[in-house]
Amino acid sequence: MTATDETLTQYVVLIYEHQTPNWPDDMPPEVMAANETFDDWIAEQGGRVVAGIGLQASDTATAVRGGVVTDGPFIETKEALAGLYVLEARDLDHALAIARMTPVADGGVEVRPLLGLQLGEPG
Amino acid sequence: MNAVERAVADAHRDEWAAVLAATVRVTRDLDTAEEAVQEAYVQALRTWRRDGVPDRPGAWLTTVSRRTALNLVRRRRTLDAKLPLLVTPAAEDAEPPAAIPDDRLRLMFTCCHPALSPEAQVALTLRLVCGVATPDIARAFIVAEATMAARLTRAKKKIAAARIPYAVPPAAELPARVDAVLTVVHLLYSTGHTAPSGGDLVRAELCGRALELAGLVRRLLPDDREAMGLQALLLVHEARRDTRTDAAGRLLRLEDQDRSRWDRAQIAEADRLVVAALRAGPPGRFTLQAAIASLHARAPSYEATDWPQILTLYGELAQVWPSPVVALNRAVALGMVDGPGAALAEVDALERDGRLAGYHYLAATRADLLHRLDRDTEAAAAYREALAGCDNEAERAFLRERLRRVTGSRR
Repeated sequence: MTATDETLTQYVVLIYEHQTPNWPDDMPPEVMAANETFDDWIAEQGGRVVAGIGLQASDTATAVRGGVVTDGPFIETKEALAGLYVLEARDLDHALAIARMTPVADGGVEVRPLLGLQLGEPG
Repeated sequence: MNAVERAVADAHRDEWAAVLAATVRVTRDLDTAEEAVQEAYVQALRTWRRDGVPDRPGAWLTTVSRRTALNLVRRRRTLDAKLPLLVTPAAEDAEPPAAIPDDRLRLMFTCCHPALSPEAQVALTLRLVCGVATPDIARAFIVAEATMAARLTRAKKKIAAARIPYAVPPAAELPARVDAVLTVVHLLYSTGHTAPSGGDLVRAELCGRALELAGLVRRLLPDDREAMGLQALLLVHEARRDTRTDAAGRLLRLEDQDRSRWDRAQIAEADRLVVAALRAGPPGRFTLQAAIASLHARAPSYEATDWPQILTLYGELAQVWPSPVVALNRAVALGMVDGPGAALAEVDALERDGRLAGYHYLAATRADLLHRLDRDTEAAAAYREALAGCDNEAERAFLRERLRRVTGSRR
């Protein structure tokens, strides 16, 4: 059975990285290089990247909670959100098989289904 | 219970998973499938009374359930067109498969997916694979019915929203995923075997379900060595289950159990499985545990047990499954081979390691070894520590009795 577009589900893959003082400048070059070819590899696996976003270091973030503005990210964690991409895959196992190969220096990923919002649909 | 009611009850126990699994192919949605299966059993009770029990109850139920499901799906498709659906491997309107065992396996892999919490995996397996009613599951795990219902709903919602597939995983992932299924079955049995709290030590129903599941998994994965190992392990536990407590419900140690009451047929069957699993390749954690349990079960007495062999097996187990609990059990075996002093050194090292902090079997083991070394003051302190960490009534009674012995008449 070949999967048709109708059977693909959109997930967001959230990338968390341990934030070093000079992040992201001190990201290992091999991780940066792996990122360059990752979309093509995903396509070979039968998935599709609909959109991708990289973020500046978490200390550039500004949080607003209950109207109060504070410096830093909304949630302080050792591993901070570093980027994300929207992935189309057949099912969770397919999405996890792809997401686990996401190039990361020192961190991991979280895979979540998208709610409603369908990105990248033609028209 | 009359003949028809019995036939329906039997079909509920034996066919539920297969009927549900075949129905999910039609609905691609677990809730609707469950509804259709329940309706099929209600109809069976009515129709079989009138027309007699069919030759193949499972096939009858599958046909009725799938027809009901199709009607439900047609009615609902217009209502909510964009509900996320289960991912099924084949066209949903295919002919009803004549009890393809793979369907039940798919269902188990869905229920035991690592994306679900262990509590949810166990509850879903009982509900969907065994067809146990939600209030009964809640009672077995000592949680409120509403809590269990919410847990099941959340899990089913995640299966649909995250598209946890209804499929046998690819070969590369199969060993880890089979291990997850076996772990759930083992956890089910353990919950029935030793209730975490409350007075009821043995919940035969849960144990029975776990045994059936272990047999099912082994039949569905005939080449899986660990599936053999798990079934063997549960069979040995089951063979000794009735002798774990005395007439007053008090816990008996292995050395105090009446070996003449152990079920020899189950032990022989377990041993046959252990030998087959060991011959087939390097043993995993369930096979090694089964081999240890089988050695215990076939020994004429506690003292005449092949302790050196058990020590060796625990050593192998610690290699494939480096858990501090395994190390603790290994220490007990060491105590039987090299004496309590050697074992105490290992147990003290485990205590310093800290990973078993609050685990009352550690303190109880320490207490027993200290008592054997005639250090009863320290033994009493260790028994008190064990008591403080234990909330199973049968085990508490046992520990209090041990404490009374080492403190003489002072308490």
